[in-house]
Amino acid sequence: MENALDIQIPKNARILRNMLHGAQFQHDHIVHFYHLHALDWVDIVSALKADPKKTAELADNVSNAQVGGTSYFKQVQQRLQTFVDSGQLGPFANAYWGHPAYLLTPEANLMASAHYIEALRLQARTARMHAIFGGKNPHPQSLVVGGITCVADLTPDRIAEFLYICKETQEFVENVYIPDLLAVASFYKEWGGVGGCANYLAYGDFPESEKEPESLYMPQGAIYNRDLSKVVPLDQMKVTEDVTRGWYEAGSPKHPWSGETKPLKENPKYDTQNAGGKYSWCKAPRYDGKSCEVGPLARVLAAYGKGHSDIKPLVDDTLKKLGIPATALFSTLGRTAARGLETVAVGRRTQQWVTELIENLKNGDTATCAEYEMKDGQGYGWNDVPRGSLGHWIQIKDGKIDRYQYVVPSTWNLGPRDAAGQMSPVEEALIGTPIADPKRPVEILRTVHSFDPCIACAVHVIDPHSNEVYKIKVC
Amino acid sequence: MEKEKSFYERLEARGISRRSFMKYCTALTATMGLSAAYVPKVAEVFAAPAQRPPVVWLHFGECTGCSESLLRSQYPYVDDLVLEVLSIEYHETIMAAAGHQAEENLHAAVKKHAGKFICVVEGSIATAYDGGYGKVAGRTFLEIAKEVIPQAAATIAYGTCACFGGVPAAKPNPGGYKGVKDAIGVSTLNIPGCPPNPINLVGTVVNYLLLGKLPALDDMGRPLFAFGKTIHDQCPRRSHFENGEFVEKFGSEEAALGYCLYKVGCRGPETYNNCPVAKFNDGTSWPVEAGHPCIGCSEPDFWDTMTPFYEEM
Repeated sequence: MENALDIQIPKNARILRNMLHGAQFQHDHIVHFYHLHALDWVDIVSALKADPKKTAELADNVSNAQVGGTSYFKQVQQRLQTFVDSGQLGPFANAYWGHPAYLLTPEANLMASAHYIEALRLQARTARMHAIFGGKNPHPQSLVVGGITCVADLTPDRIAEFLYICKETQEFVENVYIPDLLAVASFYKEWGGVGGCANYLAYGDFPESEKEPESLYMPQGAIYNRDLSKVVPLDQMKVTEDVTRGWYEAGSPKHPWSGETKPLKENPKYDTQNAGGKYSWCKAPRYDGKSCEVGPLARVLAAYGKGHSDIKPLVDDTLKKLGIPATALFSTLGRTAARGLETVAVGRRTQQWVTELIENLKNGDTATCAEYEMKDGQGYGWNDVPRGSLGHWIQIKDGKIDRYQYVVPSTWNLGPRDAAGQMSPVEEALIGTPIADPKRPVEILRTVHSFDPCIACAVHVIDPHSNEVYKIKVC
Repeated sequence: MEKEKSFYERLEARGISRRSFMKYCTALTATMGLSAAYVPKVAEVFAAPAQRPPVVWLHFGECTGCSESLLRSQYPYVDDLVLEVLSIEYHETIMAAAGHQAEENLHAAVKKHAGKFICVVEGSIATAYDGGYGKVAGRTFLEIAKEVIPQAAATIAYGTCACFGGVPAAKPNPGGYKGVKDAIGVSTLNIPGCPPNPINLVGTVVNYLLLGKLPALDDMGRPLFAFGKTIHDQCPRRSHFENGEFVEKFGSEEAALGYCLYKVGCRGPETYNNCPVAKFNDGTSWPVEAGHPCIGCSEPDFWDTMTPFYEEM
């Protein structure tokens, strides 16, 4: 809307949107790592066998976590034991515990399990950053066309509250999340050779002036065929969506401004077997005709390729600590590591935006929302949200929305094949995944979950020896 | 007793004093509309439940914002809910199992706890094309709902989608999405909101654990303790409405003064919810406090009946 109506939002609004978005990165990535991904690597049942004293030593050795010590880990273990002894395993029932692909020691498993619980509590507090300026989380509600509405919250107490929750969260990110990430990664280095894609796309985000994309803190660009030496500048007109394999009426690939969403009606069962090769509600988004991965890895690679002054040293330092080459970034391990590293960079920067907001308010700038006149036209809005590149395309006629399309991160990563048979990034990444037991494919969960999919997806596994097909639901 | 002791020890180890926990219980008891005599009993429910009641949480047409809202619960934190208060037998987002193993958990829980589990539903149910618009593991939402929900002791529709259809049911609604009650004809306890406030779910569950029954409901199945009054009647900006002091543009002087948002589209007068009193995220704020008009997100068909959002009713 702001793009279509040529609105320049006030500086306070730009900074505050960056702050809210930075808080979203901190929150989402912590929850993803600990609650949606960690149990693919961490065997929580094995934690019951750990020696709490050795766990405390391990934790001291790898991290600067504020909570720890033998009695702490003993207490966590006892709590888990009581839970298991109750016989009601709840959400932990029937998982792949004891699978040979779990490689952590019982002590590392206990440490990670304890931090799983710590992170669960922290994220509830972290989410309060959104509520301070957005009224609630999830679904904050203070963003309007032209700026922001939370004018009564631009006070020293509210800003300080935001800053201190941001600092508390960042303390956890740098002293617990990253050390856990490195500790777990050190057991799973071979995953630096599994689960990579060829092409990467980042719209970039966090504008630090009115100049976009130049001022974006997380930069914009595409990387083709893993060539980090060349970060290709973007043109929004090169985005198209293909519906060959989607449950939509046939048509050629279209840019979102001319995009159609006409669900099929003649095949009411929406079976994957009998729809003429159609099998998904997703369309297949392409950039310049290419299937591209979006998300933390794409953003970090674009920043790394451009020699970003914060991201590049973080990446180089991590590669050095793990003793793996830069080529290992194109992998499941690289994706999971990139998510953690950008949380470090964005979380630190968010605190600087808070300072910038305070300075701007001190200078007497009180503007929060620009005035505008409604007019006909078209516009697009690009963001790079925690899961990846997100685009909105809108056309306005007679003061109303005439057409509207959006292309979301999980559609980029999990869309179906296109007319040329190109695979989506998740499908591409799964090729060659070693699987110890096709009936319990924890290895597949690792790669699929590493994309942080916002979708329930069906994955079919074929055993090359028996040719037996296993359908696995991953969610 | 032993359990209760370790519960308070654990709280204190986390820097949460017994006193601040009791303060929360008092607030929760008040939210539920119970007398102060219930405060220690409410605390007891969290400290040492006699048994953890089994919960089956079904996801249909939704965005998982309702689950996310529950994850934001503080006192009790969600790990207390999961490890000590409830037994979450099936929940797609938080469960560790995947694929066939996850589906096995659902079937096993329904069979083992038939007639005894609490079913929480998040999201609405596609009814057109035999439910073809929404499936989990190859089965339609409609089939799953018809199989699971009639076997529950009680069903809580959590969020506007499960209660009344919500966003998936907005016009033109090609998938024929409906709320649980309308889709399969069972009565549900409805906690609407987009997202709903987790304190209202916690309050309902505590009521169930404490009194062995669900709280009193209005004619739309909503707990009266939370949905008995309009936003407007509880709004701290109400005096500005009475005085005719209105915000007419965002970013204006009137907006900075915190005037009434009625003229920029506030739907508070038509919306029943306790947002102004309970607030969100441990009492941090709520939309009107953040300067944004209420969009009526907990009312039936809000996406069609409350829009255009920024125009006066």
